[in-house]
Amino acid sequence: MKIKFPRWFYRLASPRWFYDITSKLLPWFTIIAFLLIVIGTIWGLVFAPADYQQGNSFRIIYIHVPTAILAQSCYMLMAVAGAVGLIWKIKIAHIIAKSCAPIGASMAVLALVTGAIWGKPTWGAWWVWDARLTSMLVLFFLYVGVIALTSAYEHVASGDKAAAVLALVGVVNIPIIKYSVEWWNTLHQGATFKITEKPAMPPDMWIPLLIMIIGFYCFFAVILMSRARTEVLRRENRSDWVKSLVERY
Amino acid sequence: MNFFLAALRRDLLLTFRRRNDIINPLAFFLMVGILFPLGVSPEASFLSQLAPGVIWVAALLASLLSVDGIFRSDFDDGSLEHMLVSPQPLLLLVLAKVTNHWLISGFCLALVSPILALMLFLPSEGIKPLIFSLLLGTPTLSLIGAIGAALTVGLRKGGILISLLVLPLYIPVLIFGASSVQAGSIGLPIQGYLALLAAMLALSLVLAPFAIVAALKISVRS
Amino acid sequence: MGHFASFADFLQMGKHGLYVWLSYGIGLFVILYNILSVYWDRRQFFKQAKRRLKRESKSI
Repeated sequence: MKIKFPRWFYRLASPRWFYDITSKLLPWFTIIAFLLIVIGTIWGLVFAPADYQQGNSFRIIYIHVPTAILAQSCYMLMAVAGAVGLIWKIKIAHIIAKSCAPIGASMAVLALVTGAIWGKPTWGAWWVWDARLTSMLVLFFLYVGVIALTSAYEHVASGDKAAAVLALVGVVNIPIIKYSVEWWNTLHQGATFKITEKPAMPPDMWIPLLIMIIGFYCFFAVILMSRARTEVLRRENRSDWVKSLVERY
Repeated sequence: MNFFLAALRRDLLLTFRRRNDIINPLAFFLMVGILFPLGVSPEASFLSQLAPGVIWVAALLASLLSVDGIFRSDFDDGSLEHMLVSPQPLLLLVLAKVTNHWLISGFCLALVSPILALMLFLPSEGIKPLIFSLLLGTPTLSLIGAIGAALTVGLRKGGILISLLVLPLYIPVLIFGASSVQAGSIGLPIQGYLALLAAMLALSLVLAPFAIVAALKISVRS
Repeated sequence: MGHFASFADFLQMGKHGLYVWLSYGIGLFVILYNILSVYWDRRQFFKQAKRRLKRESKSI
């Protein structure tokens, strides 16, 4: 199977091109991420109305939901990037996949911790075997597995490929795990009180949430690009352009 | 098909020469089951509630324990490298190795499981679901475990890593396997659970061999 | 000030001050950790690369 891509696709595959273009993109993403997160936080903490049932504890939603969404889509991105790297042997795709893993893991941890903290006033316990929390925990372990496997290989290219295979296996399994955990949860707990499913949120509640979600995506983009840039330097350290960068540092 | 049988025969012969490989998972399975009454409580009513989950977890761990060996000896003596460059269909070869693992782990575990069921006071209605769910569920465990084994076979500290890679992926099988025994022991129908276990087996049977072959190629070349 | 009558009210968050502020604190910590780890990683690379370049230029 030979697909012809436009030229920019191949240029994108060049580490140096990636390094140059991201240095132009990074400031913009940083500014947008910072503004959105600050606006979203202030709006969510100060101006959004309290929930009629949960009171002010619902304000945790503005961290919990964006990080939970991010943790999931980060895994998807990691698997897609890994697949691109495996199929078309594009170096930069593997670099991106590798940079995704620690960010996704930290987002999963944040989603878990905020979920647990939110659970205390809502359910009266720090940990509840809620379907979403449980599958987030599993997702965290999937991330840990990918990170551990990548670092266990001494040969970088093999570690990349192995991690990509594992990420793809994980991506096939995630929906199955999710549905089985949800099913198991309904079997054992009956109708539990779901935290994020509200009949209709007033705009003052969901607009800051939307702002926070977009803000966290931009933040993710910033960290991902920065991590990938360092990884590019590390892998290209024999090339002249990296050497001249190092000399000027 | 002939090639598959020949490869399976070779692996089985090799396994039977080292009988420990067959006895170890079974002994482990029984031991884990025995630890629970000692650690929790020997009370029959309590144990019978715990039994489906405990037996399934023990079976899962026993299968995991031996999964590291699927490719290990072939990798160490270099024959795996030859198999990968040989003109024989790799998918069949991999399937033969997984089948061999299942026969010495999952299949034997399913046969011994009634002993553990008796010791943990599983209601007698639950024994048939237990055997069926183990027979249908453990091949999936072997297939998924083989992916982990293939990814780590070239690494020195592969053994511990496998459990980290593979255990999260075992969760759906555990949930439906243990639930089927639970449902069966209180007299509910179990066909739905078995169908789900069979569906997972079919899915992993179709997809896992590709992942295993890809992983083996990566491991051998590094 | 927005939803709250006073700044003390804002800090208290009804009865849920502890939970809300704990969550946001940990959120801030994770965000900062991500930023700093990028920074440390980059600095470490440049330090090592510099040392290696020096070594190589000496040996030639």
